[in-house]
Amino acid sequence: MQREMIERAKALLADGTVNRVIGWKAGEFDYDITPAVFTTAEELDAGFLYNDLCAANLSKYLIKESRKEGKILAFLKPCDTYSFSQLLKEHRIWRDHVYVIGVPCEGKVDVDTVKSKGITGICSMRCDGETVRVETLYGEESIKKDEAMADRCLNCKSKKHVVYDELMGEEGDVLDSHRFDMVEKLENMTPDERFAFWRGELSRCIRCNACRNVCPACTCEKCVFDNDASGIAQKAAVDSFEENMFHIIRAFHVAGRCTDCGECSRVCPQNIPLHLLNRKFIKDIDELYGEYQAGADPDTKPPLNTFTQEDAEPSVIYERGGNK
Amino acid sequence: MQVNNSEFKPKIVAFCCNWCSYAGADLAGTNRLNYPADVKIIRVPCSCRVNPMFILRAFQRGADGVILCGCHPGDCHYTTGNYYTRRRMTLLFSMLDYLGIEKERTRVEWVSAAEGAKFAATMNDFVETVTKLGENKRLEDLRCKEK
Amino acid sequence: MQRIGVFICHCGTNIAATVDVKAVAEALKHEPGVVFSTDYPYMCSEAGQNIVKDAIRDYHLSGVVICSCSPRMHEATFRKAAAVAGLNPYMVEIANIREQCSWIHKDIPQATEKAITLGKAAIAKVHLNAPLYAGESPVVKRALVIGGGIAGIQTALDIADAGFPVDIVETKPTIGGKMTQLDKTFPTLDCAACILTPKMVDCAQNENIKIYSYSEVTDVKGFVGNFTVTIKRKARYVDETKCTGCGICTEKCPMKKVPNEFNLGMNNRSAVYIPFAQAVPKVATIDPEHCNMLKKGKCGLCAKVCTAGAIDYKQKDEFIEEQYGAIVVATGYNPINLDKFDEFAYSQSKDVITSLEFERLTNAAGPTSGTLLRPSDGKHPHTIVFVQCVGSRDTSGCGKEYCSKICCMYTAKHAMLTREKYPDTDVYVFYIDVRTPGKSFDEFYRRAVEQYGVHYIKGMVGKIVPQADGTLAVQASDLLDNKQLHINADLVVLAAAIEPDKSARPLATMLTASMDTNDFFTEAHPKLRPVESPTAGVFLSGTCQGPKDIPETVSQAGAAASKVIGLLCKDKLTCNPCVAHSDEWMCNGCSACEKVCPYGAITYEDKEFRMPDRTTAIRRVAIVNEAVCQGCGACTVACPSGAMDLKGFSNSQIMAEVDAICK
Repeated sequence: MQREMIERAKALLADGTVNRVIGWKAGEFDYDITPAVFTTAEELDAGFLYNDLCAANLSKYLIKESRKEGKILAFLKPCDTYSFSQLLKEHRIWRDHVYVIGVPCEGKVDVDTVKSKGITGICSMRCDGETVRVETLYGEESIKKDEAMADRCLNCKSKKHVVYDELMGEEGDVLDSHRFDMVEKLENMTPDERFAFWRGELSRCIRCNACRNVCPACTCEKCVFDNDASGIAQKAAVDSFEENMFHIIRAFHVAGRCTDCGECSRVCPQNIPLHLLNRKFIKDIDELYGEYQAGADPDTKPPLNTFTQEDAEPSVIYERGGNK
Repeated sequence: MQVNNSEFKPKIVAFCCNWCSYAGADLAGTNRLNYPADVKIIRVPCSCRVNPMFILRAFQRGADGVILCGCHPGDCHYTTGNYYTRRRMTLLFSMLDYLGIEKERTRVEWVSAAEGAKFAATMNDFVETVTKLGENKRLEDLRCKEK
Repeated sequence: MQRIGVFICHCGTNIAATVDVKAVAEALKHEPGVVFSTDYPYMCSEAGQNIVKDAIRDYHLSGVVICSCSPRMHEATFRKAAAVAGLNPYMVEIANIREQCSWIHKDIPQATEKAITLGKAAIAKVHLNAPLYAGESPVVKRALVIGGGIAGIQTALDIADAGFPVDIVETKPTIGGKMTQLDKTFPTLDCAACILTPKMVDCAQNENIKIYSYSEVTDVKGFVGNFTVTIKRKARYVDETKCTGCGICTEKCPMKKVPNEFNLGMNNRSAVYIPFAQAVPKVATIDPEHCNMLKKGKCGLCAKVCTAGAIDYKQKDEFIEEQYGAIVVATGYNPINLDKFDEFAYSQSKDVITSLEFERLTNAAGPTSGTLLRPSDGKHPHTIVFVQCVGSRDTSGCGKEYCSKICCMYTAKHAMLTREKYPDTDVYVFYIDVRTPGKSFDEFYRRAVEQYGVHYIKGMVGKIVPQADGTLAVQASDLLDNKQLHINADLVVLAAAIEPDKSARPLATMLTASMDTNDFFTEAHPKLRPVESPTAGVFLSGTCQGPKDIPETVSQAGAAASKVIGLLCKDKLTCNPCVAHSDEWMCNGCSACEKVCPYGAITYEDKEFRMPDRTTAIRRVAIVNEAVCQGCGACTVACPSGAMDLKGFSNSQIMAEVDAICK
């Protein structure tokens, strides 16, 4: 696939369709793959990568890139196209400056997940079919791919591309995932247990803002938490609630717009399962206002920007789960 | 976590829309209907003006309960404002519950300009509920507490 | 830092009996920014207001906090006083320590403490207040009335009488609407044409009224006082300025087999036609769907016979743009389609007709010249069954849940007139309830029953089956006698429910006016502002707002006109300064605010920005039209970045109040 992608990118560069290509290249470590823009065939040959470790969602980069001269070629995985489509809906990307090639994705290997399985001192990783071979300081280890994938890939919502100019590989379908299982599990805990869970998670937050910076739905020119006029701008996180508030408000701001791409949890250096906040909103929206997948189509109004006269009253929360 | 309830005075912030609920609160006053002084009202043009940030901020600064009052659905002065409020607050309060914060500390109530009695009764009930829960420890930012 | 003055009102003993006002004044004196703090028995009195005015001057106050009764009571009073003293009126905040403190609490220390807190919150807010200036927008002194039925006609006449120019846009070739099709009107039984046509002529002759017949509104931009409306003038292939309405073309036209919509298809008209004798404007129209010249290029007879040379086969649709200060919607109603009511055999038998068709059959200008004849064979019907509530008050999903309001009365009228003209006819009326709440309405209905011997039967018709002998077998139940009835009728008349005209929904979208689930326009307030739409500058007249009869329609039309006149009398509109405002440097153009705005006050612009790094960037940013924004604040919460804020109730102001209260 990587070879084909490079060849196609070169062809599009050569015939002038695009003048840049956004894709992935190796970072400091080879499992640490990072988004990159390529402008020549040589650069592509030298650095362009596409494998089971290329996890980054490239759609957010297109906000800035699409405002530049000429067209950029973007390779988007199925879940990235949802973000891309949502950004188009919000007028954030100039569509005619982007040439989208949909590429298939079989789930990405996640280094933090591998580490959590007890494998340490990782030097490099590579996928060999359904097995991941990990080279560590202490010798080679192997792990099944299923066990090396993050939650977002294990519970993939869709293998379908919702927007593209051309497709490479075979098109997939929207999947029945079990992505709300963990949310449900939390809902079934007692409030005390839930509080303990979230305090344990959120108290680790160091307010590095990585989740915000990577999130394709967080595209404000200036975040409300950096805006002095908002009355809540804070220089630094000083106490526990500051972070809770940040995460609640951030999840609220992306509610109805979050496509559940899972980038927030992927980039969190503290491994806080932030996607569980977003999924809670998605699950509530699905249950209360009808199923809604952000980014799935270009026309529907986000659920928080619309209403019906028959909507549930807020008191519904006193009856709904979570008190068992 | 319960404190001595006979002495505990909760801090309650009530956001009231200018056209219905604030007028309903005024009517409660005009009719001399008693409710605890712990309730302090903030006037907003419409319940849809209430940003979730305001509610979290109130908790952060030590409020023990936050109640939001607006016109009954269908009666909004701005025709649709409270419909947005209804969705926003349902989701926000559900999220707070999900984080383990007592859901009884938050409430939305529709109070018309004619419902002075309902306003007073609602406030009495809400204060009683929050008093039973005791001090809000989970959401309070200790740093901001000056005592 | 603001220089704030605090004024505590005793309100006689209303406040002072429960709140220690001196203690409040003393406590608030030490709040940051407070340079003056005092109390007075009646702050709202002239002497009290003078204390405020003097303090503003003497202490160079930049902000004022009045702790008194509800702002709903005296906010305006104190704002005015501040303005007199040279302070921006929006630098005044009220702490409500009467209705929301002294009147509800009995314990003095508690009430005093609360009053202090409320005062502190107001002070915290004033610190962040900024002077606000009410904007002004000019008013175009011309009104548009959409729909030329009796509602639109009456509204236009009333506006024109007040001296303002007004345009009527009517989609049909003539104004007059449904009322032109009616025979007599209840409860007085005067003839509809006799009372309507003089008004139509008045419209045509009034210098202030311009009629755009055979035209449609295709686009509305702008806001109260300043609407720009695009009107499509459909090609009628006849030059309106030349046509004299002589009617020779309609006589000579060889294509005479076109169903005549004015008579609901019960007879035919020619391809070039004038809807009826008293049409206004009395100008012929060529129906392009049936004209041989327009379809096949063959014929051209009408052009040959027209001595005025008015026929123009090359005419094209024309779009004109006009400016208006106010728009009145008067799009009216239609009877519902009866396809879903097959049990009444409407589609199977010509002798099952709607009430509107019945009106045409009894109208002297109708297809039978006013003689009541069966559509199928032209014979006199001897047994007539009227069925009420066909599709009204229907919760089955086939019809409408609401009551169409006019059917009880017109059915009584039809029954009465039939019995009067044809005493040998048996008339049955099947009803769920007879509703006659109007002036002289119940008397009218009782006359139908008592003097004219109409058989009123409480019960519904279950089925109508056309028989081989041409009669209609009506199966019905009589709920009062609890028995089944079988009537062999010659004619069945269905009182079909009425629904808003189909053009109303797209029009509402253009106007950003709201509608209910039945597509009736909603009022700004159902009781107190019944002829205004929530969208400023848009008014409602007639059945587009809900079912109503002619007297009600005319009175609503007059009410809408008076609202329009009130608006057009003004040279400028003062806008509420507490409106949303978008910080264009922070706006990312995502459109969330636009989606929740009930007034369509938010638009987007691609604006060029000089960036800090000296490059130029084009960014999509929200623009709030301050004349249209009503200041609800829905957009401020939809906006994640806080770029959208509300003046007078800003994020930081409300947050400051929260902080002060929670301290």
